[in-house]
Amino acid sequence: MAGQQPTGTGTARNGRAMLAEFGQRYGILAALVLVCVGLALANEFFLTQRNMVNVLRQASINGILAIGMTFVILTRGIDLSVGSVVALAGVVSASFASTSATAAVSGAPHPTLLAIAVGLGTGILAGAVNGWLVARHKVPAFVVTLGMLSAARGLTLIYSGGRPVPGLSDGYRALGTADLFGIPMPVVLFAGVFLGAWFVLEATRFGRHVYAAGGNPHAARVSGIRVERVRMAVYVISGALAGLAGMILAARTGSALPQAGIAYELDAIAAVVIGGTSLAGGVGRVTGTLIGALLIAVVNNGLDLMGVESYYQQVIKGGLIVAAVMLDQARHRAA
Amino acid sequence: MNVPLLEARGLAKRFGGVAALRDGSFRLMPGTVHALCGGNGAGKSTFLSLVMGIRRRDAGTLLRRGAPVDFAGPLDALRAGISIIEQELSPVPAMSVAENIFLGREPVGRFGRVDFRAMNARAQELLDSLHFAIPARRLMMDLTVAELQLVEIAKALSYEAEVIIMDEPTSALGEAEADQLFAAIARLKEQGKGIVYVSHRLSEIFRIADHWTVFRDGAFVGTGEMRDINREALIRMIVGRPLAEEFVKENTPTSEIALELRGVSSGARVRDISFAARRGEILAIYGLMGSGRTEIFERLFGLAPDEGGEIRLFGQPQALSSPQEAIAAGLAYVTEDRKQSGLVLSADVRANLCLARLGALSAGPVMLRRREASAAARMIETFGIRTASDRLDVSGLSGGNQQKVVLGKWFLTEPRILLLDEPTRGVDVGAKREIYRVMSDFARQGGTVVMISSEIDEVLGMADRTVVLRDGRISGELDRATLSAERLVHLAA
Repeated sequence: MAGQQPTGTGTARNGRAMLAEFGQRYGILAALVLVCVGLALANEFFLTQRNMVNVLRQASINGILAIGMTFVILTRGIDLSVGSVVALAGVVSASFASTSATAAVSGAPHPTLLAIAVGLGTGILAGAVNGWLVARHKVPAFVVTLGMLSAARGLTLIYSGGRPVPGLSDGYRALGTADLFGIPMPVVLFAGVFLGAWFVLEATRFGRHVYAAGGNPHAARVSGIRVERVRMAVYVISGALAGLAGMILAARTGSALPQAGIAYELDAIAAVVIGGTSLAGGVGRVTGTLIGALLIAVVNNGLDLMGVESYYQQVIKGGLIVAAVMLDQARHRAA
Repeated sequence: MNVPLLEARGLAKRFGGVAALRDGSFRLMPGTVHALCGGNGAGKSTFLSLVMGIRRRDAGTLLRRGAPVDFAGPLDALRAGISIIEQELSPVPAMSVAENIFLGREPVGRFGRVDFRAMNARAQELLDSLHFAIPARRLMMDLTVAELQLVEIAKALSYEAEVIIMDEPTSALGEAEADQLFAAIARLKEQGKGIVYVSHRLSEIFRIADHWTVFRDGAFVGTGEMRDINREALIRMIVGRPLAEEFVKENTPTSEIALELRGVSSGARVRDISFAARRGEILAIYGLMGSGRTEIFERLFGLAPDEGGEIRLFGQPQALSSPQEAIAAGLAYVTEDRKQSGLVLSADVRANLCLARLGALSAGPVMLRRREASAAARMIETFGIRTASDRLDVSGLSGGNQQKVVLGKWFLTEPRILLLDEPTRGVDVGAKREIYRVMSDFARQGGTVVMISSEIDEVLGMADRTVVLRDGRISGELDRATLSAERLVHLAA
């Protein structure tokens, strides 16, 4: 099982045990390093600072979604609605920051902070509805969030009339385009979200509750953990992060598109799963998700650099997801 | 001379560097029940998996009616007339009892259509012949755990195997269902079949077995006939050292009432229950499966609805409408099934120990690692939990050690009243005694223990007073002077 060290005697066995443990802990990281080394050798442009920053920027939106997804999956849930919530939060918050005469709400552009609060609030609201149905009414998460995937997309189209929300204020656009010491804002936000999530899951009581509620909800409940509240909270977190991702996406492109974020949930789930988090709940780390998101971005970037057509890229990514999980399972069996 | 139905000589299996079984030897004669005994980790499960071909053996010989055999898998073993009733049930919930019994060998009619009528008839015939009162067309998901176990038994018997291995078959059964099983075993014996019987419950073994074999630490220790050995000697064999006493009981009840129920009702099974438990007392609740015994604990812990009645703790009325409230009021609840509701198996020992006490081990929302580690270390020490590190997964521990982790989790909450539901189920004799020691010490220091047990010996050995339940109502209350096995069974059934 994870974390259990094989006992052995002799240096050869110790060496193998150490290798096994290294693999168990750092398998995906090793894969990421390997892919990076391979790409660096194959293409001189890959390792340039510009490309690296580019990769990080590409990873950030999916990474933020995947971190929210990690919370949900740790509790044995799933959130299929994040792609649609990206679009919904994007158009709603953009309408508060837009200078466009037709798409903006009255009095816009409002202060950037208000627009951001509205975007986060939209995500939180969608997440709360998901969480309420899952936790309180025991509707399977797959069904609830599948419903929200459709409903939130519909609400996006209704709200925006099916048209983009253009003309975003400079302050708002900074979310996607500004730099902090040469690091793009999306990457800064991604890093912040990662550190926050890491702290919450590793070091707080709520984090312990998430692992326990996912590992064995019955035992958690008997031990005095309010499992329903934990479930509710993880969908709210996922929704809020989807809202954040939606705003970053809108800010980066300069206008919020109602068709933004389609199928984003799939990449987010892929990053979580590649990162070693178990769909059965209770097992996984947000560091794994970070590496999973980076691996997806690096592979996408590498295939771009090598001029592989995007159609083929999807096939390769599909193979990568399954291969990563097979590898993970083989490692656990071997341990 | 009789040829053994099944004989194993020196079976061995290593996992990684560790020998799980070094010398598994065993000999089953026709028309007998042979008890395979040993503590947790003695190698019984490994032995059975080698016999069934579930795992490949590293060494040793297996003889079926004197001829060497080598099974590639359970199907092979089944074809050779060996079937097993496993400890872990594996039902297909959405299918009927009959479909489960004939899974993979459904009677087929024309055009490959499953002949449901024949299947249901044959299944019902089988169940009736065993005196199991279960309709063959009922869905598995509508059955109780005890009924599921009976179906599993019926399934194993339906293969008409000559050798039937039963691994803790009564662990989920009540007294009445167990009796049905024993009657079925007696009939199988008459037909000349051989039964390998694995159980921690010694009284069962003495009741039904003809022979015994003991494994300890992965090796054969001894074998013989049941009539030549007594309980103490068998325990000594299993544990490897003499146990001074099987039970530990040094507490004396006081007159101060700690927990009092007055006319409590809850759910479908708890009706108008009244009893009181005192400080320093071990109170047993005895009843068959389905008598409502677990549901009383669920009500006390806020897991089942309040439908009337009053609960008082130390004289104060308490609502106890959630586990949080119950914990705050000083209750601790060791559930019946530690894998289902006691442990988070995917987590490590430390996380499990701290689970019910996270609030006290954190500052605001942030956990204090050092305090968690020292709390876990304290419980590991107090309960003698055998684990190399508190960061190892709890799933790797033996049953007895897992149970001690659950106890440690609750003792961290500094409870005043301990609710124990089958505290020694699936735990070996040595660990059982340690758990009795914990109960006795807790009561001696002024705590109150309420224990549900379906093991009569345990009730006789540990309880100061016993409340007997039947169909959700109290059918009698016995103190230590009036307590006897006959009375218990009489009041419960």
